[in-house]
Amino acid sequence: MRSSFFRILALIRKEFLAVLKDPRSRFIIFVPPILQCFIFGYAASFDLNSIPYAVFDQDQSAASAAFLSRLDGSSIFRRQAVLGRSEDIHTWIDNCRALLVIQIGQDFERHLLAGEPAQVQVIADGRNSNTAGTALGYFEIVVEAFNASWRANHGQGSPTIRTVTRSWFNPNLDSRWSMIPSLIGTLTMMGTLMLTAMSVAREREQGTFDQLLVTPFRPFEIMAGKALPNIAIGLTQSTTILLIAQFWFHIPFVGSFLLLYAGLGLFLMAAVGLGLLVSSIAATMQQAMLYAFLLVMPFALLSGLTTPVNSMPEFLQSALVINPLRYALDLTKRIYLENAGFAQLSSDFLPLTVIGLVTLFGAAWLFRKRLT
Amino acid sequence: MTTPASSPALRLDAVCKSFCRETGESVLALDNISFSVGKGELAALVGPDGAGKTTLLRLLTGLMKSDRGIVSVLEIDAAKDPQAIQSRVAYMPQKFGLYDDLTVQENLDLYADLHGITAEEKRRQFADLMEMTGLDPFQKRLAGKLSGGMKQKLGLACTLVRTPELLLLDEPTVGVDPLSRRELWEIIRRLVKDGMTVLMSSSFLDEAEGCERVLVLNEGKELAEGPPAEVRNMALGRTFLAQPPQGMKARDFQAQLLAEPDVIDAVPEGGQVRLVSQARSGGSQSTTLARTTARATPARFEDGFMVLLDQAGGAKQTYTEAVQPEKPLGDSRHESVVEVRNLVRHFGKFVAVDHVSFSVKRGEIFGLLGPNGAGKTTTFRMLCGLLPASEGTLTIAGTDVRRNRASARQHLGYVAQKFSLYGQLTVGENLDFFARAYGLGGEKKRERIAWAISQFKLEPFILLPSAQLPGGYKQRLAMAAALLHRPEILFLDEPTSGADPFARREFWQRITSLAAHGVTVIVTTHLMAEAEYCDRAAILDNGKVLAQGTPAELRAHASGPAGHSATMEDAFIAIVLEGRGKPAAKPGAAQS
Repeated sequence: MRSSFFRILALIRKEFLAVLKDPRSRFIIFVPPILQCFIFGYAASFDLNSIPYAVFDQDQSAASAAFLSRLDGSSIFRRQAVLGRSEDIHTWIDNCRALLVIQIGQDFERHLLAGEPAQVQVIADGRNSNTAGTALGYFEIVVEAFNASWRANHGQGSPTIRTVTRSWFNPNLDSRWSMIPSLIGTLTMMGTLMLTAMSVAREREQGTFDQLLVTPFRPFEIMAGKALPNIAIGLTQSTTILLIAQFWFHIPFVGSFLLLYAGLGLFLMAAVGLGLLVSSIAATMQQAMLYAFLLVMPFALLSGLTTPVNSMPEFLQSALVINPLRYALDLTKRIYLENAGFAQLSSDFLPLTVIGLVTLFGAAWLFRKRLT
Repeated sequence: MTTPASSPALRLDAVCKSFCRETGESVLALDNISFSVGKGELAALVGPDGAGKTTLLRLLTGLMKSDRGIVSVLEIDAAKDPQAIQSRVAYMPQKFGLYDDLTVQENLDLYADLHGITAEEKRRQFADLMEMTGLDPFQKRLAGKLSGGMKQKLGLACTLVRTPELLLLDEPTVGVDPLSRRELWEIIRRLVKDGMTVLMSSSFLDEAEGCERVLVLNEGKELAEGPPAEVRNMALGRTFLAQPPQGMKARDFQAQLLAEPDVIDAVPEGGQVRLVSQARSGGSQSTTLARTTARATPARFEDGFMVLLDQAGGAKQTYTEAVQPEKPLGDSRHESVVEVRNLVRHFGKFVAVDHVSFSVKRGEIFGLLGPNGAGKTTTFRMLCGLLPASEGTLTIAGTDVRRNRASARQHLGYVAQKFSLYGQLTVGENLDFFARAYGLGGEKKRERIAWAISQFKLEPFILLPSAQLPGGYKQRLAMAAALLHRPEILFLDEPTSGADPFARREFWQRITSLAAHGVTVIVTTHLMAEAEYCDRAAILDNGKVLAQGTPAELRAHASGPAGHSATMEDAFIAIVLEGRGKPAAKPGAAQS
């Protein structure tokens, strides 16, 4: 038992030495996650700050001018052109010069003054449905505001229902607030799974694995010696991203660090377990890399990072119970933004523990099986 | 035969070439070399590692330009028109670029297409090549699944798809067993007979004997040039066979002789020691020799080569003192430490190892010999516990390997064929890791690492990442790491594959000394001369043990040419062919 412990310690020491001494692997561990964190933080935002639009105003009235000035005054809508003919609508949308084209009919002011509903047609570029949807949402808000002030100014009484929205945990609905905490899990999983899968495959390819196997190391000790350093490296990566989120992007962390790290620890155990599983199947580094990629891509895309898991087809949702990233995203976001407690997160902790144990033991079993 | 035919196939005139090492120092790879080979000749470039053999071949292909001097190939100036040379010369590098995932046929097709061979020519050419290389039955096999010898033959076939006028081969027989080596040589001889000019490099000195011209290189300098007989004659009257004193093993006696200042070279041979002396007399100066009888024996190319190198500045200086374990490992000489009974290993339906049995006593050196694919490596991996046996019993130092693999491993050290320590870690870190892996700690660990560093002369390299060690030192480090826990048994897989004659002698000196101190050594090799160092050896083919015994007993299977005793290589080929049900080869036909 004692000697087993010392052997594992020796292996851990060696792993760290091998990874941290090589400038290239040091680079791979730290630079890409930091870089990706900034890139995603700045670029991968679903918020629209500038919506180019064109207007085809057939009314040319004081009311239409008042409506358009509201749009322009929002600082989000940027008017690119005033169109003279309806044929121009096509060219502006087709060439992506405008995301929206707003067509105001010639009876706009007359209807409004008569207290009747007036129509404004909005043509959106639906080639990117997400962006178009968001832009239309913003447009609705402007219309709503215009309506309210028109009624007030023209003594038509206030509308019966007014919605007052308040968004919890992310008051400005800044998508960066949900994106960056999600990156803690996503980027760390990519790095850790790859690193683990490759480290065993590399040893196998270079013949050092045989050398390990003729020493008194038992398969279980080799697994532990491979898993622990990679979990530690994964935690370092997570911490880096966590620090960037708090001190660069100023996203306030409201939860418990203890709970967050407990969750990340379990998640990394699952990621490393998957990595070891891959490496016990792969014969070469190339194979290990391909298998790891095959896992990482769908896991990242179907984790709820960009689209909610709940809106995925039923069968896919049930297939995704094995995706550790899905639980990790839920867990990090909820602890980070919501200060969720352990009881609320048991639906994340439990599956992560199961996945971790199954993959680690599965990998150990496969290791042994290849030897006996 | 001093001047080649009027228009030589290749000619070098005062050629120099230097390289810059990563460290910035400049190395003179070729220093003022002049050499020529006549049309239709078979010539060899010989010399130890780093002699400049590969550089010379690459200059001849026009892949590289010389710094000074003239390189002319088929009367074309290599510096001016390398393209013209490349269309008429074929070059097979040491590691030929076969595609492992393509079949034999597909590899050939690919190379034919690369050279723009028409379909018509291809058909004609392929039939010839397949017949010549004997690869016909394996056309559909993946190149990656071929044995070392067959890979070389396929590489040669790919090189020959477009019949060249001059064929350049870089160490074509490295890693190839004697049987395949002989077949490769038959192909080469046939090509020469058909009028092709062939220049090959080799670190196997016996191969030079069969060539018409040789160029002996050492550290970029030309030591000799001419027919091999001229080199052989350098040792004329200096070669002797010495009988070891009563009760002494030939290899121990050889180690003693090597230490004598006037002995240029000594190798065990047939229970005696073949030695090359500095003096042409009976070697009366040597005290060790004086105690025994030595009789003159005909010189070989290798002897002459050693004399040349000795004159050029001492080949023996590469030798180091033998390794000594701290204290001998007991003296129970007759106790059997490795017991293998009816060992079987299947891979699916294929029987890789078929009821192999042998036993090895403490302090013995035991050799596993056999052609590529004979089952040596599989047997070896089972002994080390890297591969489970299908049937049979395997006992190492009293532990059943099949039941208790982990504890059997405490008793053994393993040195793989390929360098397999951690390349990124320094020499010191590697030793430290393996010491810990074997459960050494504290004072004990420090002491063992200090021992390893001093015994293997690793002191200057402690802080160097082990991947950057020079070739010979990598093997020393691997051995040092394998001996840290003072194993009773040392397993060495093809330890001298690709090593030059000096590295091989140095290596065996170490092994001999370890065995003398009670370490049991099991070694696989396909260099038959090395079987002479073994106490006993088993010859495997197709998974079965064909013969087993002392080198002398094995040699008795073949009769040598008149006046000569058979070499280990003759014996090996005779035994393997007999085992395969083919008539035994004509004695002595193996090489020369």
